[in-house]
Amino acid sequence: MKKILRIIIIAIISQVYTLNSQAGSDGSLEIDSKTKEQSAEVKDCFETINRGIFAFNQGLDKIFFKPVAKGYRFLPKPIRSGTSNALNNLSNVVTIPNNVLQGQFKEAGINTLRFSINTTLGIGGIFDVASYYGLNKLDKEDYGQTLGTWGVKEGCYFVLPVLGPTTVRDTLGSLANFSGGDMWYNITIANDTKYFENSDYYYSRLTAGVDFRAKNLEAFDSLENNSMDLYASVRSLYLQDRKRKILNSDETTETMNDDDWEEIDTQ
Amino acid sequence: MIKIKIISFFFFILFLSNISFAKEPSKLISEIVNEASVILSSSDPVEAKIIRLNNIAETSVDINGIGMYTLGKYRKNLSEDQKIKYKKLFKSYFLKSFSSRLVDYSDPKISIVSEKKINEKYTIVSTVLEETSKNPEIKIDWRIYTKNPERPLIRDLIVEGLSLARTQKEEFKSILQNNEGDINYLFKSLEEFIIK
Repeated sequence: MKKILRIIIIAIISQVYTLNSQAGSDGSLEIDSKTKEQSAEVKDCFETINRGIFAFNQGLDKIFFKPVAKGYRFLPKPIRSGTSNALNNLSNVVTIPNNVLQGQFKEAGINTLRFSINTTLGIGGIFDVASYYGLNKLDKEDYGQTLGTWGVKEGCYFVLPVLGPTTVRDTLGSLANFSGGDMWYNITIANDTKYFENSDYYYSRLTAGVDFRAKNLEAFDSLENNSMDLYASVRSLYLQDRKRKILNSDETTETMNDDDWEEIDTQ
Repeated sequence: MIKIKIISFFFFILFLSNISFAKEPSKLISEIVNEASVILSSSDPVEAKIIRLNNIAETSVDINGIGMYTLGKYRKNLSEDQKIKYKKLFKSYFLKSFSSRLVDYSDPKISIVSEKKINEKYTIVSTVLEETSKNPEIKIDWRIYTKNPERPLIRDLIVEGLSLARTQKEEFKSILQNNEGDINYLFKSLEEFIIK
C-alpha cells in the first residue's frame, strides 16, 4: 500500500515539475509577476472524464448532500454555530503548520492562541471565546496553498469523485495531510491513541461537508439555475478561489487581472 | 439695460443647465441597493418586481461592456451582424440572470464599507451583505466603470473575491471551445437559456 502511495506521489510530483518547466519555456510566463501568473491558464487535461465525474458528483449531491444539508438547516442556530465553530477550531491543526511554512509567524501565533483558548475555555471549540478576547478568526491555510506560495504551479485541473474540484498541486497538498501533516488525522487514524476512533475523523469530515453545503444552499441553486455550462462555472470559481487564497488578499485589485477590461470602451 | 439683464439671465440658466456633476460610485451603489430593497420588499407580484429590477440594471449596468468582455478573444472575429445579434441575446440573457438571482432575496441589507479608485476608469466599491438566519455575511465588491464620471456604470460584481464577469467569461469560452469556436452554438445556448 505504501509503495502504491509512493508511486502516486512521485507521479504527481513529476507532473507538477513537467508542467512548470513547460510554463517556463513560454516567454510570457517566465516573468514572475502577479499579473502574469494570473493570466496563465490552468489546463483541464481530462475534461471529458472530469465532466463525467462532475455529473456523478451532482447526482450524489442531489440524492445525499443537498437533502442532508436541508435537514441540517432545521437544527437550531446555536447547534449549527457550535458545530461550525468546533470544525473551524479543528482546522487550526492544519492551518498553524501552514502559517509557519508560509512565513506567517504572527498568524501562527494568533491561531495557536485561538486554538488553545477555544479548545479549553470554548469547550472543544464549540464557543469562539477567543474572538471575545479580540483574537479574531483568520483565513484557513492548507498544504496546497503553501505549495502555491512557494511557487509551485497548479498543474492540471481535475475532478475527484465525491471530493470535487482540485488540481495536481492541491491533491499533492492533501496527501501531506495523510503523511503526518494533519494532527487530527494522526490522532484518530494514523496512531492508536485510545482516545479517538477512526470514525471520529470521518464524521468530522462528513459534517464539515454538510455544514459547507448548508451554508451555500441558495448560492449553489442560483449558480445552477443561471449557468449555461455549470461545469465550466464551477471550474472557474474553484480556480479563482484558490488564487485568492494563495495571494492571501482581500484586495480585489490584487486578485484581478484588468487586461481584458482595458480594451473595452463603451463610454 | 433690462434686455441685457434678460440676456444675462438666459445665459446664466443655460450655463447652469450645462453644468454636470460627477456621481460618486458609492452613491450609485447606495441608490441601487435602496431601490432594489424597496422593490424586493414590496408586495408586488414577482413579474412586476422583475420588470422594475431590470429597469435598474438597464440604467446602471454596462451590459454591452460586460457582454464584450464575456466574449473574450472571440469578440474580434464577429461580423457586424453577429455583433448585433450577440448584443441583443446577451442583454436578454443578462437581465434574466440578474433578476432571477435577486428575486429570491426578500429584503437584502447591504452596507457600504469603502470606495477605492484604481485608476481613471475604475473604482471598486466594497460592500457587505449582512448575515441572515440562512446565510453568512457576504463581501461584495462592485467594479464601477468611471470613464464618464457623470454616468458611472457597474461592470462586475466580485462576491467573496470571485468575479461574476470572469466566471461568465470562462463559461462562454468553454461553450465556444467545445464547439470549435462556432458562435452559433453560443447563440443557441443563449436562446435556450432565455426561453427556459
